[in-house]
Amino acid sequence: MSSEKAQTEKLPVTVLTGYLGAGKTTLLNRILSEPHGKKYAVIVNEFGEIGIDNELVVGADEEVFEMNNGCICCTVRGDLIRIIEGLMRRKGKFDAIIVETTGLADPAPVAQTFFVDENVGRRTKLDAVVTVADAKWLKDRLKDAPEAKNQIAFADVILLNKTDLVTDAELCEVEARIRAINPYAKLHRTQRSQIALNEILGRNAFDLDRILDIEPEFLNAGDGHDHDHGHDHGHDHGHDHGHDHHDHGGLKHYHDEDMQSFSLKTEKPLSPDKFFPWIQKLVAEDGPAILRCKGILNFKDDPDRFVFQGVHMILDGDHQRAWKDGEKRDSKLVFIGRNLPEEKIRKGFDAVVA
Amino acid sequence: MADTAPPNTPSVVERTRVIAAGAPVVAAHFLGRTAALVLGEEAVLLVPYKGDEQRLALHGGGILSAATDGVSVITGGDDGKVFSTDAKGESRLIATDAKRRWIDHVAAGPDGAVAWSAGKSAFVLAGKGEPRSIEVQSTVGGLAFAPKGVRLAIAHYNGVSMWFPNAQAAPELLEWKGSHHDVAFSPNGQFMVTAMQEPALHGWRVVDAKHMRMSGYSARVRSFAWTVGGKWLATSGSEQLVLWPFQGKDGPMGKQPKMFAAFAVRVTTVACHPKQEVVAVGYADGTVLLVRIDDGAEVLGKKPGDGPVTALGWDAAGTLLAFGTEAGEAGLIDLA
Repeated sequence: MSSEKAQTEKLPVTVLTGYLGAGKTTLLNRILSEPHGKKYAVIVNEFGEIGIDNELVVGADEEVFEMNNGCICCTVRGDLIRIIEGLMRRKGKFDAIIVETTGLADPAPVAQTFFVDENVGRRTKLDAVVTVADAKWLKDRLKDAPEAKNQIAFADVILLNKTDLVTDAELCEVEARIRAINPYAKLHRTQRSQIALNEILGRNAFDLDRILDIEPEFLNAGDGHDHDHGHDHGHDHGHDHGHDHHDHGGLKHYHDEDMQSFSLKTEKPLSPDKFFPWIQKLVAEDGPAILRCKGILNFKDDPDRFVFQGVHMILDGDHQRAWKDGEKRDSKLVFIGRNLPEEKIRKGFDAVVA
Repeated sequence: MADTAPPNTPSVVERTRVIAAGAPVVAAHFLGRTAALVLGEEAVLLVPYKGDEQRLALHGGGILSAATDGVSVITGGDDGKVFSTDAKGESRLIATDAKRRWIDHVAAGPDGAVAWSAGKSAFVLAGKGEPRSIEVQSTVGGLAFAPKGVRLAIAHYNGVSMWFPNAQAAPELLEWKGSHHDVAFSPNGQFMVTAMQEPALHGWRVVDAKHMRMSGYSARVRSFAWTVGGKWLATSGSEQLVLWPFQGKDGPMGKQPKMFAAFAVRVTTVACHPKQEVVAVGYADGTVLLVRIDDGAEVLGKKPGDGPVTALGWDAAGTLLAFGTEAGEAGLIDLA
């Protein structure tokens, strides 16, 4: 797609995270050098690491500040606001924006920037958070680096990289650790960050219209289990990784000590008059714990599906489309967060049925 | 609240010379009787009163900021360059950033002084010699010269640094938590105001750093200007023209703003007439109204168009008004 006709379309922004040494820069160089016919503006933190001469590579300062309510959940990246406004001067000269964060960065302020700043939100849209993880070292980082855990929990797409440096058993182990934190992300095993670019770019992970399927990834393989409670299933059947599922008897179940995810589901229609005050109060009180949430909702006497998503205290929601004939009208919510008050959330949800 | 100006609003639309800018217009300034329309990319378009347009390609990329002292227009680009251009179309390269960083902000000061910023660094070039520079605590959000003397206000996170580039002393810091963008002094130099990331303005009385908060907007205030003599501060960011009273020594503290020209869409740009208490008001739908502060009388300057008004500027006599929009519409209204 180029360029002139896209004047009114919002530019997609991909956020690239990953702990130090996981392979982010390799991935970035790959994105910039492959012959895909697209032009990317890239916002980087460490200038000079990119081996590609590209006039659209911009250095950022990773400056985070709090909006004036002083809440840590409403921190945004001021430098991104400035840089994206500047890049918009060159609208039409590139097809998408990629934001690389430092290895120690929390992805939340980056994501929140797109919801908080009206001008940025008017011209760009968050596409997905892509996290590159080191198959050999991630397990250790999850123990000693809260940033690494945040990056996994926040991800829409995870590249489990450097798989050639570990055994199959180690690989299953680290995947299980990842799934204990975030069963919803799309997970790819890679070496030297080799991946088809359409697996990481143009994902529309934050597009309300695309919140179609919020089942955990491993349910998509249709293994017949009921995983409604959604967390801690330690095996990924969601893609072809060349070994059989012979070890079903020995599925690894992990609980991460402080990062969890869970889903809620009900067949009973919800009351919008009860749901909205509840979710707003919930994120106001527990926003710091909730990294991300998503939902598809069936409101009583409403012919349309309502979808929403949230990052910490920021919520974004809309009517999506009419329920189809014969479609199961369930309401589903998922939460990923740190020390989530699961019982409180479940009880609260039970109370918002119509 | 009216959706559009009432049908019986007087109009000066027929006095417009339409200009094909061909690109988003990010600023409109006057160098004497010549309008300088600063485009979003590369070029400045000079439009002499009753003369041929001249397009000057200056920057190898986007133009991020522009300012004028009435003699030259200063532009800063994402090519790391700062240019000064006069009414004849003669351009001078003032600086090239050593690291080719974006020039985020520029300002024009007394006696040809020029300031610019790249990242956390601010630079001043006054008179002959080398530019002086200073690094502030976070990326510079805006720059403004005081009306007299070489003193530069540098907005950043959590406040504004007031810097005398010719003195050794560390800059004086006026603090207020949050992210500060554009900054401006009142014409008498007694007040300083910044636009914040939140939909609010913050002000200080310079002599004692006393705070004033101006809030209630529906969006970030991206354009503000003092009326002639500094009696009112005209501001964008709401669905009407909001004017804060600055007549007294306390500024707007404890006072209510005046509001005029209510609309269904937001005010995006304001420019104050240099001689009368009249404000040119640009809206998000491309409309331009001229509003008289005395009685709120409105005159239509431009009908709605394709995009928000992003640039408005008066000449020094107050008889020419230049406008430009994000969609590349532009024009010169002759009010003489």
